Amino acid sequence: MSATPLLLEIKNLHVHYTVYGGQLKVLDGVGLVMHTGERVGLVGETGCGKTTTMKAILRVLPMPPAGIPQGEIYFKGRDILKMSSGELRQVRGRGISMIFQDPTAALNPVFSVGQQMDAVIHHSPLRGKARSRREIHQLAVKSLQEVALADPERLLRSYPIQLSGGMRQRVCIGMALSTGPELLIADEPGTSLDVTIQDQVLRLLRTLVEEKNTSVILITHTLGIVREMTDRVYVMYAGNMVEVAATKELFSNPLHPYTIGLMEAVPRLTGGGVSDGIAGRIPNYLAPPPGCRFHPRCPHAMEICLSEKPASYTIGDDHEVACFLYQADRVSQGNGGGHDR
Amino acid sequence: MTADILTVTDLKKHFVIGRTGVVTQVPITVKAVDGISFAMPEGETFGLVGESGSGKSTVAYTVIGMYAPTAGTIRFRGQDLYESKKKRPLSLRKEIQIVFQDPGSSLNARRTVKQILELPLRIHRSEARRLEEIVRLLDMVELPPEYMYKYPQMLGGGEKQMVAVARALATEPSFIILDEPTSALDVSIQGKIINLLIRLQNEFHLSYLFITHDLSLMRNVASRVAIMYLGKICEIAETVEFFRNPLHPYTQMLLSSIPVVSEAEEKLKPQKIISTGEIPSPVDIPPGCSFHSRCPMKSEACTQLDPVMVEVAPGHTVRCHLSP
Repeated sequence: MSATPLLLEIKNLHVHYTVYGGQLKVLDGVGLVMHTGERVGLVGETGCGKTTTMKAILRVLPMPPAGIPQGEIYFKGRDILKMSSGELRQVRGRGISMIFQDPTAALNPVFSVGQQMDAVIHHSPLRGKARSRREIHQLAVKSLQEVALADPERLLRSYPIQLSGGMRQRVCIGMALSTGPELLIADEPGTSLDVTIQDQVLRLLRTLVEEKNTSVILITHTLGIVREMTDRVYVMYAGNMVEVAATKELFSNPLHPYTIGLMEAVPRLTGGGVSDGIAGRIPNYLAPPPGCRFHPRCPHAMEICLSEKPASYTIGDDHEVACFLYQADRVSQGNGGGHDR
Repeated sequence: MTADILTVTDLKKHFVIGRTGVVTQVPITVKAVDGISFAMPEGETFGLVGESGSGKSTVAYTVIGMYAPTAGTIRFRGQDLYESKKKRPLSLRKEIQIVFQDPGSSLNARRTVKQILELPLRIHRSEARRLEEIVRLLDMVELPPEYMYKYPQMLGGGEKQMVAVARALATEPSFIILDEPTSALDVSIQGKIINLLIRLQNEFHLSYLFITHDLSLMRNVASRVAIMYLGKICEIAETVEFFRNPLHPYTQMLLSSIPVVSEAEEKLKPQKIISTGEIPSPVDIPPGCSFHSRCPMKSEACTQLDPVMVEVAPGHTVRCHLSP
């Protein structure tokens, strides 16, 4: 891997939700590593635990019902899960910012854009020093200009309802980047927008993070967006990371049956019909399947998949896959090419 | 044009959303659909694509009978759907059915699947053996018979949509409107529903009016595609021709905005145009060509004159000053 320092490392993260009827074992040993300046994608179906993982990083999971029985999340070498609330406040905002899927829900309807931006900037002071109101205002204006919004002064006085969906998401991006975070978590930033607006917002986001060299975790279930926006991709299924590879490698050589199913399910502009997709659905987290959680939906399920959880096997350059199909390959084959599924 | 199952001519649907002026009371109207025409031959899948607010769902609701058109005609097998002011006869309702976008809200949460499927059977068909018919309907959408005793919330999103499809099929229709049938679902489930719909179409010789905002999906299901923008159609073409030679700047903008997963697809995307601006409010539609406010190729004429539909190649019509 590259020589840049580790920015974020998640180790064996488990998250449970206690509900009537038992425990939802949602995250089942999630691991993730990212370096400074990297843009990492996180893909999977709805209900795979993508958002839960990100909420755990920011420690905004509602606890209870959620609980973290096991796991560590290191941000620049320090475990977020063990931080005091004061330390945590330092990390949120200046360290990690988040953009949510639905900008309408993310913005408070009863406060003006300006009030909300000011609050964000005010609560992440520069090197421990409080900023003056003037500085805060200037920074808010600058942030809105950066996200290509015209007339920021007027915009700061407007309320979210007066803005279009695309503008609201730009405001959210501006807000998230206003404090100059090192890591930006973008949770489906374009999903609630029309395709032409989504394209604009994502292009803007890409330009900004490249300019500022911000590290990004992009959560989405649209594979096309991951392909255009990220360097490396984690594929998540039912609370497990099933595959990780450089974006190019993943798209040209997907290995895990789940990844392959996802890729084939995407309708192509080149035509040729639509594949049936993946049979079945996400498991019930009250009683997740034993062994590999994907085995009830897997076309290649074997005896061993029913009882044992597959370890991560490294195939080729930094291409890891958690699937018993590749167990033998680990020894016999050095690179990922050449084996048929 | 007798072979056409549906002919829409100069359809308009305007909504009055308020009035302005204390005395004059000038109505404020939203021109949701503003003069569109198309014809669908029997057995076709006609794709209607547009962003939110383009009026594509209003077209669907006007065809199904939820709204009466402000102007224009809709003919079904030559018969004007709005000729008489009376209620649409049952025989006609039976023929035209609809599947909505979100099965979570289109299926009554307090009814079992059996009750949901029974209603259209009771109204439209006097069959004595309803239970057998329900089993047959479930079988058509590949659901096991015991599902009839389940409530919608016990089903997955894909399964719910299957029930909605079964309900539409219950009246033995010949024409089904599919209003974004898979956009509330995950991509992994989408394929199964789409393939099921295609299979049913071949089996029962159905015609589909397929509404979606997903052009990649459209490429794979529709035989012809129409693009809508602010209540008007900008371009209609056969699917293959449409993707090979998109002419309207808006079509090109849409195509260039799609996130794709392979190099081969990337090559199909128009490179010159990138997406700018936002869809204007339908209350305040720009004069002239409604797209001129976002169009990178606009000229003086576009701001004043609204272009008309021109056939540039057989079956390929465009509404743009650039395509004479």
